[in-house]
Amino acid sequence: MTRPRLWMPLAGFALLFAIVAVALFRPADRTVRSQLVGQPLPAFTLPALVPGKPGLSREDMTGQGPRLLNIFGSWCLPCIAEAPQLMRLRAAGVPIDAIAIRDTGPAVAAFLARNGDPYRRIGDDQRSAVQLALGSSGVPETFLIDAQGRIVRQYVGDIRADQVDSVIADWRAAQ
Amino acid sequence: MMRRWLPFALLLTAQVDAPAPLADAQLSDPRQEAQAKALMETLRCVVCQGQSIADSDATMAGDMRALVRSRIRAGEPPAAIRQWLISRYGDYISYDPPLGAVTWPLWLAPLALLAVGAWLARGSFRRRR
Repeated sequence: MTRPRLWMPLAGFALLFAIVAVALFRPADRTVRSQLVGQPLPAFTLPALVPGKPGLSREDMTGQGPRLLNIFGSWCLPCIAEAPQLMRLRAAGVPIDAIAIRDTGPAVAAFLARNGDPYRRIGDDQRSAVQLALGSSGVPETFLIDAQGRIVRQYVGDIRADQVDSVIADWRAAQ
Repeated sequence: MMRRWLPFALLLTAQVDAPAPLADAQLSDPRQEAQAKALMETLRCVVCQGQSIADSDATMAGDMRALVRSRIRAGEPPAAIRQWLISRYGDYISYDPPLGAVTWPLWLAPLALLAVGAWLARGSFRRRR
């Protein structure tokens, strides 16, 4: 065997090692993002879930300025962690509509009493039907909708405290 | 007696995220059910990403099965349902990736590896002679 060929197995091993090392320190992003960003909000109509809170449809979300659409569940722990951030956004004047996934009225009412109520409207999505139509892959997720009813952005996972300012900036930019 | 069974009765009624009716119930038409099953086996669960929605126990996978079954029952062709989901979640949702700019290595790699194998085999057969 010639000299360069002698080194080939070691070179192969080094290449494999490099690939594994890179993937270990910089894992691939497994977040499933909605393909509807930049497109109009799909048509939907959801009934009310909590007394005193109207249900939600696409018509309720169009032509009234940009707003957030928060997808949550009273059974979802990260939603509790997200609640203070939503309250801050509400206090900053950002209107927030919500879709509750697989939830019950009493459970949502208790959730809002405990964690604060930033929502204008709450739609009841018992079978995740609207969630699937939006291309959302879990709770909590938040969509920024502009005045024309177009989806501008998607925030996957709970909005963190250090994200609030940039969300407000995104909302202002969508005016 | 009543008191002993009460907790179990409560457990049954208190379950918030009960699966959608069609998540775990077959369609009455066996031909439609076979269509739905075949489609569900090639759709990825977005929560537990290594599993198809046919295999997954996640509630969201159940809701996706319910969506597939109710649309199949309404007479929608499986290809249209797959396309509807791809337009929401991207090609990622489908276990049947289309041949495209990103996926061509996936389709060509088996052919390339087969060619390399044939070349190696040819070399070793020749040496033995």
